[in-house]
Order: sequence, then C-alpha cells, then structure tokens
Amino acid sequence: MAIIEANGVRKAYAGRPVVDGVSFAVEEGEIFGILGPNGAGKTTTVECVAGLRIPDAGTVRVAGLDPVAGRERVTRLLGTQLQESELQPKITVREALDLYSAFYPEPADWRPLAERLGLHTKLDTRFHRLSGGQKQRLSIALALVGRPRVVILDELTTGLDPRARRDTWQLIEDVRDGGVTVVLVTHFMEEAQRLCDRIAVIDRGRVVALDTPAGLVAGADGSTVISFTPSEPLPDAELAGLPGAVSYETEGGRVVINGTDETVNAVISLLARRGVTAHRLRVAEATLDDAFLDLTGPADGRGTTERAA
Amino acid sequence: MATAHTTPATTTTPRTAVPGATRAVLKAETRLFLREPGSLFWIVVFPTVLLVVLGLVPSFREHDDGLGGRRVIDLYVPVAVLLALIMSGLQAMPPVLTGYRERGILRRMSTTPVRPAALLGAQIALHGAAALVSALLVVTVGRTAYGVRLPEQPFGYLLALLLAVACVLALGALICSVSRTTKISAAVGSVVYFAMMFTAGVWVPVQAMPDGLRRVVQATPFGAASQALDQAARGDWPGWSHLGAVAAWAAVAGWAANRTFRWQ
Repeated sequence: MAIIEANGVRKAYAGRPVVDGVSFAVEEGEIFGILGPNGAGKTTTVECVAGLRIPDAGTVRVAGLDPVAGRERVTRLLGTQLQESELQPKITVREALDLYSAFYPEPADWRPLAERLGLHTKLDTRFHRLSGGQKQRLSIALALVGRPRVVILDELTTGLDPRARRDTWQLIEDVRDGGVTVVLVTHFMEEAQRLCDRIAVIDRGRVVALDTPAGLVAGADGSTVISFTPSEPLPDAELAGLPGAVSYETEGGRVVINGTDETVNAVISLLARRGVTAHRLRVAEATLDDAFLDLTGPADGRGTTERAA
Repeated sequence: MATAHTTPATTTTPRTAVPGATRAVLKAETRLFLREPGSLFWIVVFPTVLLVVLGLVPSFREHDDGLGGRRVIDLYVPVAVLLALIMSGLQAMPPVLTGYRERGILRRMSTTPVRPAALLGAQIALHGAAALVSALLVVTVGRTAYGVRLPEQPFGYLLALLLAVACVLALGALICSVSRTTKISAAVGSVVYFAMMFTAGVWVPVQAMPDGLRRVVQATPFGAASQALDQAARGDWPGWSHLGAVAAWAAVAGWAANRTFRWQ
C-alpha cells in the first residue's frame, strides 16, 4: 500500500502555477527521490504533503489521511526537515532535542541520534552559534526524534562537507532499513543515484519521469556514449545515419556519439566496412546527470550538442 | 510568498496530542526569556530605576496643592507601573513574535503535533508575567523608598492592572500581526510606544494634564488605565468608564490581531 499519494496536485502563487498537476505514490519502506532543477516546484510539492500548504486542486494522502484535516495524526507519523527553517536563536542543541522529544508520544532516545549526527559535542551550544552544517544535522535529528513512519528531508545535505554528507547518507540508509519511508528532495545527482529506490523528476511543476535511477538512465535518449579517434575522418552522413544515435559531435578529430547499444554495434560495423581504425575507443553508460539534463531540458531551447537528424 | 494561500493554523484552541507538550514549550520559552538581559532590564528594572531617580528630586517629594495635596512621586507610581507594561508588551514582545515567524520557527513547529500557537501563547504569557513582576517591584519600591501609600482599593487596582496588561499584550500582538518583518515591527512598536508613554503620563502625569487634553487622553488605553489606577490608589473603585475603555481597547486589538495574524 502506498503511504503517500499525491493526485493531480496544483498550486499557484499569484496566478503562476508552481505545481501543475503532480501525481505520484510513495511505497512504504522505500527511499523516494524528488529531483528537479531550482524552482521546479519540489519544495511546494512536499509542503503540500506535510500539510503546510493547501493545494488549489488535487489531493494528498499520508497513510490515507488528509495532512490538513488529519493534522493531529499525520504530524505524529510524519517527520519533516524543512529548508530555511530555524530554531530559537538562543536554544541549545540539548534543549531543542528535549523540547521536540516532548512533542511525540514515543520519542526516540535522542542521545545516540545526536552522536550519530556528530552533535554530541555541541549539546550546550546555542542554535545561532552552530555552523550551517551543524544546524542542518540538528534539523535532521529533530525530524527523526519522534520515530516517524515517514520522513521528508528537503535538501538534506546542502551545506554539509563531503564527509558529513556521506555519513548522513549512511544514516538515511539505516533509517530506511529500520522500516521508515524516506522522501528525499534533492538536486544532487550523486545523492539521488546512491540513495533512491525510485525518483520522480519534476520540471516546471510537472512530473516528467518516474522510475528507478537505472531506469531513468536507460530510458534517456543517448544513454550510451561512444567516443573514439578515427584514423581518418568519417563522413557526416554516415555518422548522422547511425541507428539509435541521438547526437554526435566531432572535436579535434575525436568523435563522441550519444546513442544506444544498437549504435555501438553500428559504429563497429561502420569502422570495419570503411577499414578505419578507432583509437582510444570508449563506450560509457550515461549518468543520472545526463538523464536529468535530457529530461528537464534547457528552458531557453538551446542544446549543448549538435542534434542528429 | 503568497501568504493568502498558506495554511491557516486555525484559531481553535490548540489541542496538544501529547500531555506535557505545552508545558515543555513553556519551560523552554521561559529559559529563553531569561536569556535576554536587555529585555529583562527594560521591562523589570528600568521602570523602578526611573521612579527612584524621580524621587531623588526634592521638590517631587513635597506636597503640592495643585495636585490635591499629593506629591509628584505619588502620581509617578502608576505611571511607572504602566511604563513596565508598555516596555514589555510594545517594546520587547513584538520583535520576538515577528522573529519567530520570520525565521520559520512557527513553520517548523507546524510540522509537529504541537501547534505553533503554543509558542506564541508562551511568549505572550511570559511578557505579561514579567510586566506584573515589574509592576509589583515599582509599588514595593515606591512604598519602601518614598513612602507612597499602597493602593487603598487593592481589588480595583488589581482589576485595572490586569485589564491594562491584557490591553498591552493585545496591542503588541496586533503590531506583530500587521508587521511583515522584525524590522518593521520594531519601527511600528517604537512609534506606538512613544505615543503610549505620553498617554500613560510619563512626561506629564495624566492627572496633572490640562482638562481638555486629559479628556482626550483618558479615551486612549493607557490614559484610561492611568485614571483607573489613580482612582484605585486613592481608595475609590475605579470608574467603569475607564475600566470599560481599557477592556474595549484590549478586545478590539485582540480581535484584530487574531484576524490579521499570518503564520508564515
């Protein structure tokens, strides 16, 4: 059963649609990524899930409950880490953890959680004296302290150094292994690829793709990148006619083709047919980065590579 | 941010899901309140210091026939009491409440089983309590240092004082409601604060004002409160017109603050 269901959610600010008919379902126990460029509507979408905003149209259900009408019950099972939301400047880390523990019927023991997040040496430090990364880690701790069934983490590793980021990823995986469903809003590809079971790619207020990270990569145009330096130039007509090729470019004698497995075979037979030797031939899988750029597309319609016919 | 579309955190009574959660909020906010030495000085210490300084002027301790045989210092005890209320409700409180909204602290709490109203309620209660402590200090010091008689109609005095506290807290909440940012609320607060200090009689005690001016001033929240406190101090039951004026201001400001408050 889906623990979060969003159905045709719309939200406009001053007449401008920010979320424009978003639908998705998050299954219990998965790490569900919401990926998209800045301003795509990711945060507004999760704010609707958390009950902080009321959608103009569409419905949101968390464990079958409306997050606004069923606030009492939803807030008990949903932990949220928000962007740009602070605590009282002079509250200490310990006091904040104690306070938020008191909000929930069966809170977690925050001490191991604080230790896990590297906050145990900062317990008596006031919030306004914490670094950006420490504030972020405290925010994650507060989202988890109520033993939620679902946790929403919005840009969770923003402001963390690479080491802390990796530690946090490990923590999120452990949280999931403990049976908690995780909704992860991010624009870090590496984070999404490493953590997410499934990803909804949101662009301009719409879900443009929803798949596993591998599925997104495989489904993208030009998911295989073939590059080589031919011993003599190949005619453009031959390159443009390769089956499955999405784009190609030639630079300094090196040819780079974005295509599919089919393209790889076609390139090999082309080379053989023309008796051309390929130096430094590389065949690489496109990354989630490529898939993301492909799916979200440039807003101004300008491509970065020459498109094949 | 299109505030018109944000979730109204409703005006129903905050029902806390977990027993003790409201107490935990109050405990945490009390600690934080005590960590603001600046606010504590202006609310709790300053009004009494002002009274002590005024009392050092020898002529203010002499009976004045123009004041019905009373001394200037006698008139300044209720003024200092009202000053304590104004410092707390109009000077200290609005930036705190606005800051809680501006920094997303209320928003953060909206995602927990505790409603953010608990946080605002705790701060309002603490500022009211601090104002009362300060008022008590003023009356005590007035009595011990300058022999100012304790209110001869204590119940009337207490009633007028509680109404005035409710009124100042409602006005402070209204400032927070109409101010988008902490800076605006500090600026609006300052303007209102000077106006209220004048009407409370900080420069010229209301009872020493010319008749025409006094008639206008006693329609304002603190002009009315000043008259009510003065009557109770002298042993009369405070006039219902004065008590009614303070209560009406409190009700209108409280209603308007509640209507216009934005949670995000």
